[in-house]
Amino acid sequence: MTDNNLLELTAVDLFVGQRQLLKQVDLKIGRGEILTIIGPNGAGKTTLLRIALGLLAPTTGTVQRQPGINIGYMPQRLHIDPTFPLSVKRFLTLTGNQQRDKVLPLLKEVGAAHVLESPLQNISGGELQRVLLARALMREPDLLVLDEPVQGVDVHGQIELYQLITRIREQRNCSVLMVSHDLHLVMAATDRVLCLNRHICCSGTPEIVSNDPAYLELFGPLAVQHLAIYTHDRAHRHDNCTEHGDCR
Amino acid sequence: MIDDFLLRALLGGLGVALVAGPFGSFIVWRRLAYFGDTLSHSALLGVAFGFLLQLNLTLGILLICQLLALLLFFGQRQKQLSSDTLLGIFSHGALSLGLVVLAFLQDVRVDLLAYLFGDILAIGSADLWWIYGGGGLALAGLLFIWKPLLAITIHEDLARVEGLPVERINWAFLALIALTVAVMMKVVGLLLVTSLLIIPAATARRFAGNPEIMALLASLIGCLAVVGGLYGSFTWDTPAGPSIVVAACGLFMGSFLLRQRLA
Repeated sequence: MTDNNLLELTAVDLFVGQRQLLKQVDLKIGRGEILTIIGPNGAGKTTLLRIALGLLAPTTGTVQRQPGINIGYMPQRLHIDPTFPLSVKRFLTLTGNQQRDKVLPLLKEVGAAHVLESPLQNISGGELQRVLLARALMREPDLLVLDEPVQGVDVHGQIELYQLITRIREQRNCSVLMVSHDLHLVMAATDRVLCLNRHICCSGTPEIVSNDPAYLELFGPLAVQHLAIYTHDRAHRHDNCTEHGDCR
Repeated sequence: MIDDFLLRALLGGLGVALVAGPFGSFIVWRRLAYFGDTLSHSALLGVAFGFLLQLNLTLGILLICQLLALLLFFGQRQKQLSSDTLLGIFSHGALSLGLVVLAFLQDVRVDLLAYLFGDILAIGSADLWWIYGGGGLALAGLLFIWKPLLAITIHEDLARVEGLPVERINWAFLALIALTVAVMMKVVGLLLVTSLLIIPAATARRFAGNPEIMALLASLIGCLAVVGGLYGSFTWDTPAGPSIVVAACGLFMGSFLLRQRLA
C-alpha cells in the first residue's frame, strides 16, 4: 500500500452463499480525493462501502486502511423509532468524547443550524442528510464515507449538497468516498468515478467514464439523457452564482 | 397501620417499577417488546428447573432466562428465519415445555396462576432482597452501558464505525433484561411482565424531551400504577398483578386524553 492512499482494496471477491456479489474489485482513494461509486440497483455499491468500512469481511482479497485515520460515516438510512425522544443536538454529541461546543459551528457549516433543538424525527429529508453529514464531521475525519448522501432530496437540494461536499473537501482536505445511483449531478462533484455492476465496468475521471462504452451500455439511453442534463446544470448553477453573488 | 404483607407488596412493586422504567424505555425504542415476552415466557421453565434441581426458584428463573437470552443472541445472527418467527418459536416453546415439565413433577403442586399473573401479596423478605439486589444490579449495569447503548439504538453500523464494541454491549443489554424479567416475575407474573415494561414507557413518551427524562418518568409512572393497582386490589378484592396493569393502562389512556386537551 502506498503512503498517500488512505484506503486500498485489492481484488475483493464477496460470496453470499452461492451468489457472487462482488468480483475482483480494486479501489483506492488518495488524500483529498473525491471518489464516487455509481451503478444500478443491486450492483453491490453499499456492499462495497461496507467492506471498505470494515463492517463486512470480503471472501477473498485485501482491505487496507492507513493506520490511525479517522473515518466519518454517513449511513444510507437512519430510522429512529418515533418513541425515541432525541434532539439533533443530542444526536450529534452522543458518540465518544466529542465536545458540545463543536455542535453549533458544524451545523452552521452544513447549513442546518436552525434544527439544533428539533427532534430528529421532525426534520425534513434534506435537513436529516445535513445533520448526518455534521455527525460524520464531528470526528474530524480524514476520510468521509457517504452512502447515497443526496437521497430523498429534490434536485435543487441535491446540487446544494454536492456543492457542500466539495466545499468540505476543499476546506478540510479530507477524502470522500461516496455512493450514488444518480448519474448526472454527481459527475460535477467528483474527481474520479468508479462504475460498478458487481465488477468494475469502468473507472476514471467523469469525462472518461461518461464516454466509456461500458458505461453507456450499462445505463443505456439514460446515460446520454443525463449527460445533457449535466451540461445544462453546470450552466444553470453558474447563473445562480453570478446573480446572487453567493455560490451556496 | 397497614399490614406487613401489604407493605412488602408495596415495596416489592415499587422496586420492580423503578427498574422497569429505564429498561422498558429501551425495549420500546428498540422494538423489543416481543423479545421481553419471550424471556418472561421462559420463566415457567425456570420454575420447573428450580424444582428439579432443588434450587431457589428465582435463581432457576434467572438461569433459564439468561440461557434463553444467550440462545436468542446467537439465533438472531442467522438469516434463515426472521427474528419475530424465531421469537415466537422460543416464546411458546419455552412456555409449553415449562408446563409439560411441571406436569411430570408429580410430587410438586404448583400454583400456576401465581406464576402466570404474579403473587405480589405473597412477597416475602427474601423476595424483596431479590428485587432490590437484582434490580439494583440491573440498573447499575444499564447505567454503565447507557451512552453506548443509546448510540447503538440510533444506528448499529454507525456505532460500529465509530469504534463501539456493539456485540458486547448488545449482549450485556440482553443479559440485563433477562435479570430484570426474572426479578419482575414475582410481582406481575410471566404473562404480564412485558406490560409493566412497555406501558409506563409508552406513557412517559408524551412528556419527555430526552431519553433520560423518559426513563425517569417511566419509573415514576410505573410506581403510580403499582400504588393505584394495589389500592384497587385491596379495595375491591381484585387480583393484584392484573390490577396494577389495569392501572398502568388507565394512566396511558389518561395521558393520551390529557395530551389531546393540551394540544
